[in-house]
Amino acid sequence: MIKRRSFMRATLASGVIALAAASGALVSFAAQAAEPIKIGFSMALTGGLAGAGKAALIAMEIWRDDINKKAGLLGRPVQFVYYDDATNPATVPGIYTKLLDVDKVDLVVSSYGTNEIAPAMPIIMRKKLVFPSLFGLAVNDQFNYNRYFQIMPAGPVPKIDWSRGFFQLAAEQNPKPKTVAIIAADAEFALNAAAGARANAKKMGFKIIYDKTFPPSTTDYTPIVRAIQATGAEVIYVASYPPQSVGIVKAAHEVGLKAKMLGGCLVGLQFAAIQQNLGPLLDNIVNYDFWVPAPTLNFPGIEEFLKKYQEAAKGKGVDPLGHYLPPYAYAYLEVLGQAVEATKSLDQSKLAAYMHKTTFKTVVGDVKFGKNGEWATTRVLQVQFRNIKPDNLEQFAQVGSRVVLYPKQWKSGDIVYPYAK
Amino acid sequence: MLSVDLFANAIVAGLLLGGFYAAVSIGLAITFGQLDIVNIAHPAFVVAGSYAAYILNSEFGLDPVLIGLLMAPLFFFVGIAIYRVYYAAFERTGQESLSGLAFFFGLMFIIEVLLIMAYGVDYRLVSAPYIGQSIDIGFVGLPYRMLVPFGVAAALTAGIYLYLSRTFMGRAILAVAQDRLALQLMGADPVKIKQFAFGLAIATTAIAGSLLIIIGPVEPSLGRQYIGRAFAIVVLGGMGSIPGMAIAALLIGVVETMVATFMGPSWSPAVSFGVLLLTLALRPSGLFGRK
Repeated sequence: MIKRRSFMRATLASGVIALAAASGALVSFAAQAAEPIKIGFSMALTGGLAGAGKAALIAMEIWRDDINKKAGLLGRPVQFVYYDDATNPATVPGIYTKLLDVDKVDLVVSSYGTNEIAPAMPIIMRKKLVFPSLFGLAVNDQFNYNRYFQIMPAGPVPKIDWSRGFFQLAAEQNPKPKTVAIIAADAEFALNAAAGARANAKKMGFKIIYDKTFPPSTTDYTPIVRAIQATGAEVIYVASYPPQSVGIVKAAHEVGLKAKMLGGCLVGLQFAAIQQNLGPLLDNIVNYDFWVPAPTLNFPGIEEFLKKYQEAAKGKGVDPLGHYLPPYAYAYLEVLGQAVEATKSLDQSKLAAYMHKTTFKTVVGDVKFGKNGEWATTRVLQVQFRNIKPDNLEQFAQVGSRVVLYPKQWKSGDIVYPYAK
Repeated sequence: MLSVDLFANAIVAGLLLGGFYAAVSIGLAITFGQLDIVNIAHPAFVVAGSYAAYILNSEFGLDPVLIGLLMAPLFFFVGIAIYRVYYAAFERTGQESLSGLAFFFGLMFIIEVLLIMAYGVDYRLVSAPYIGQSIDIGFVGLPYRMLVPFGVAAALTAGIYLYLSRTFMGRAILAVAQDRLALQLMGADPVKIKQFAFGLAIATTAIAGSLLIIIGPVEPSLGRQYIGRAFAIVVLGGMGSIPGMAIAALLIGVVETMVATFMGPSWSPAVSFGVLLLTLALRPSGLFGRK
């Protein structure tokens, strides 16, 4: 009896121990499952690029919330760790060092813009990380890093592809214009764009008769526009940031610019507040863009995303329409997320291999990367502003205010030429 | 490329630009030039003035210049309050040189962050019927976007100059800059005079801010672009001289524009700062400074 009682006690005790061990394992498993995947990045949340940086962050947070509603990545919730780089490239290396060495993030993505992406590259390359990047122009030309993936649809030869459409449209006019002026801000992105414009202009047989840069802190652009006007240039290619773009467009109107084509790379004309303020001054300008409301660009998921963005952007002092950058800020995380899910891994070499060989379905359409991490095929749109009404934001959310002229695959109308009536 | 009309347009554009620079720098000529206060936050106040113009223009459709004039008294009292803090914390204890500089640096960042928190980081612009229009006099084009700021700046500069030279309080401000002790011996309170002068300087930023947003879009950190230029103009003019500041602003404006037109715009800052260095080498006290 005693033996039987002892046996019962021993069985009960071992059962309790086994149950405890099992429950411990479960708790441990649950804890591991709940541990978030941390994605680290720097972002321009103050300073000159903050307008775009904050809009990008809103889009990224929409993706994070969307993915977490679907049980996260690999069954783990996604968490962001990010710091404000204050639009100061000098802060970027320190931020990525902290993200990797102190915060121990699992994945990294870039800040917004060429000037903020380039300084992160040496650190990312040393750690051999996959680096989805957001709107860097030709950053990898100098680094040749095989784990760099750039979401802006610049194309395989970014510097050249960026302005190819603008000059091709000019070359197609009859009679073909002969002379070109190139004016660019003294900043890396604009200088890259100008270098590409120079190459395209020469290749397509134009004569460059004005080729200058200007400091981004310039206050008045009328002297520059007058100097260009004095050369008699027929085609004017401008590479500038938002405040400068506004200054140049206003100066062109005030001076009565007689050019046949104006535009190219005026950053800022994609932003709703600037579009609304400039109004009819935008008419006939041909400029780059990446997405506009057009039947040819109605990709699956884009409308739903824009609705969410426009709701989230209310009262935050960012672009209320979000056509330019936000869809791509969402898409570069879609690409990363799809790669993680497909490889079921956070292994950087597996992710990189998968990202090189796959065509991703995103809100900005199909994305396929080339060898250098740029889009395999360019989709830099050249759009023309048409019949813009003063002080009317809604028109820019509708089809027709910006007509897609190039590439032919996405074209929604023909060019109005010349620019000056 | 050198032609009479291009030359004339460059000169006129430079004068118009210089007028705007004078509006931005005049407050600094008072604080830095006359009160010896290194108010590095001065351009941040100008941007705050731009935001005031943006808010009232977009809400009520008021003209930006009118808003600048209406906001000037409010900015005046803000300036007085800031000087009280500065005086109590630094000047009274003789720590104004380095700690005071840090104070204004901090103030600049606080203004920027407050603007970001309140209005976000998107570019802000104003609407007025004259923006984007221009008037031609012969072959010289005058964009209203630059002409209006020039006119307002000229009136502001003349007004401040007359006030400082013709009124009791104005002369007291000039006196406190020259000999604080002598002023005290005459029964005047230098602190109250400096407080008033600082308020006056900050009041000018409301007007300069309204001119800035007429010329182009603003965002909270835009003021940083004007720190170097505004200080350079005050130094070139001869610390504290209002006519000197105005002439220096016009000179910098004309030099920048001429260089942008005939040499290339990227040379403009180098040449205009070269003019500053050359002037200081030949005349260390600036164009109109006392030796």
